[in-house]
Amino acid sequence: MTPPPADAAVLSTGSTRALLAGEGHRGGTLPGWAPWAAFAGALAVCGLLEAALGWFTIALMLVFGAPVAILAIYAWSRPVEGARRAKDRAVTMAIVAAFGVSMAPLISLLYEVIKRGVAGISWEFFTSDARGVVGGGGAAHAIVGTLVITACAAAISVPIGIMAAIYMNEYGRGPLRRALTFFVDVMTGIPSIVAGLFAYALFELFFGPGIRMGIMGSIALSVLMIPIVIRAAEEVLKIVPQHLREASYALGTPKWKTIVKVVLPTAFAGLVTGVMIATARIIGETAPLLVTTGVVDSLNANPFQGRMQNLAVYAYNEYRSPGVMKQASYDRAWAAALTLIAIVMILNVIARLVYRRYKTEIR
Amino acid sequence: MAHFDTTTNAGQLLAAASGGRRRRGDRIFSNISVVAAVTILALLVGVAVFLVTEGFPAFTAASSELPDHESFLSYVAPLAFGTVLAGVLAMVIAVPLAVAVALFITHIAPPRLAMLLGFFVDLLAAIPSIIYGLWGIFVLGPAAVPAMKWLEEKLGFIPIFEGPASITGRTMLVVGMVLAVMILPIISAVAREVFSQTPRKLQEGAQALGATRWEMIRTTVLPFGRSSVVSGAMLGLGRALGETMAVAIILSVSGGVTFNLIGQANPSTIAANIALNFPESSGLAINALIATGLVLFAITLATNFLARLIIARAEVK
Repeated sequence: MTPPPADAAVLSTGSTRALLAGEGHRGGTLPGWAPWAAFAGALAVCGLLEAALGWFTIALMLVFGAPVAILAIYAWSRPVEGARRAKDRAVTMAIVAAFGVSMAPLISLLYEVIKRGVAGISWEFFTSDARGVVGGGGAAHAIVGTLVITACAAAISVPIGIMAAIYMNEYGRGPLRRALTFFVDVMTGIPSIVAGLFAYALFELFFGPGIRMGIMGSIALSVLMIPIVIRAAEEVLKIVPQHLREASYALGTPKWKTIVKVVLPTAFAGLVTGVMIATARIIGETAPLLVTTGVVDSLNANPFQGRMQNLAVYAYNEYRSPGVMKQASYDRAWAAALTLIAIVMILNVIARLVYRRYKTEIR
Repeated sequence: MAHFDTTTNAGQLLAAASGGRRRRGDRIFSNISVVAAVTILALLVGVAVFLVTEGFPAFTAASSELPDHESFLSYVAPLAFGTVLAGVLAMVIAVPLAVAVALFITHIAPPRLAMLLGFFVDLLAAIPSIIYGLWGIFVLGPAAVPAMKWLEEKLGFIPIFEGPASITGRTMLVVGMVLAVMILPIISAVAREVFSQTPRKLQEGAQALGATRWEMIRTTVLPFGRSSVVSGAMLGLGRALGETMAVAIILSVSGGVTFNLIGQANPSTIAANIALNFPESSGLAINALIATGLVLFAITLATNFLARLIIARAEVK
């Protein structure tokens, strides 16, 4: 909150300019702790007032406290620093408050998922399925299903996505390239449920109505994953310096070998990061799997045969149709949510570490 | 681009000069990459074609065979209304917050903190929607009940807060808030990108003229980023329109058309309706659901197309 030294210079030019223009600048400056004091004071006043009225809650104190703090800092600054600085302070405080409002859900969500999820986590949760168990069992079948379905989706999406990115960056020109750029954009906008319906409609034509298979889910997820992979891959291929390619050509290396031995290794860390982030994005998808892989209680690791459970659908199902012991079902739903969030976070963090550790320094 | 072309030609010349074996390798590799590119186009065409073929029977079917015994149009219309209402509500809540978050990260927070915060906001985008749904129904919904009661009592004269307020918290307003949290990172990512690209000379020029930080932001950063923020908002809207699980879990649906955001009975959305009914449907009901999926696809496509158009026009400028 303390203004950096550069601001002092700005401030003095500001006051000169304001004086020249005859605007209301009063020359003074509030102390560095002023915004904090205004905020704390506003909260205290609102809290006391609410307590006096008998409807005190922390949320309400913050809801009314923020606007009061904004007004307070304005009213405090205006006589000392003039109207323009006062407005600046008020807006700054409003932006910080809005940022706090935006972060509150994330903090609440992480807190609740961890608090409620831990209750459902047990050895049984990770090791047994729910076949023939009334109101109990674990989620091993769902974890295996999630891994198999996601792995198949990645196995489809990564080669297609990276080759298409190579096409766009190294070979493409003319109408096909333009069409591809445009339609990859379109593809990123496909709602996940529509991708699921597509996979269902595709397989229904060949296998008849009511078909459910793990691989259908993988196809649906691929529709969502391919554009993310292409975007990420294109981004890193683009920053491979042209002179590396030229050096390779100068040595008489054919173009394809240049791509395989020079371009891809240079971009490797970025590609791995992109693929991991894309995987993290699709691993928690629920809707497309709900309509393609179905719901099942027992372990099935074969994506080409029969229904296949996965963590997201498992969590949804435990919530939607809880067994006789409602709370135990909800606990398992939260435990599945916690497991999913842990997988997603780990993938994200590893992706960033890989990038930081292995990225090629490009000069 | 000209530079790029010369090297490509040089590469091809060299390859040509050094004999057939290498040329074959080149041909195979470039063909594979073209196949990958064409596969993607085929996939997209496939999505449209399969949805149309599977959805088509519902368009022509007699209303007695469709779910709820009404024509397809009157089946899909309230759903489309609910979809747009939820999406627009989410966008209205999310856009000002996303702009504030972007401004905070690019212009107000100290740089080191800003990087960490950026990572944090990106994490928001990575959280699976099912978890937002559970959070909405178990945490935000119950917490919002007293607030919605307050809205009904104090602002009930405004139609959107007409009430009677829900006692479960499974309302359109809560859905809008959850969707807003979900699309906020998308919008703020776009806004952050463009705000940080505001030319330094403009910003410093404004400050040299004596502008305060807010005046600098208002006169340089915001005008520079306006069109990108608009298109980011459209992208977020597209995501909110297609969001399924959070809506399916949270919303208590009745199927009617109403602007009342805090009531017990809410219009469903297309995506949530599919998720809720698909597992138990068979026969023509499936075709009807796929047809509504097609309508959703068309709506999101139009939204995204508009967003890209705005970006493209801004880039030309």
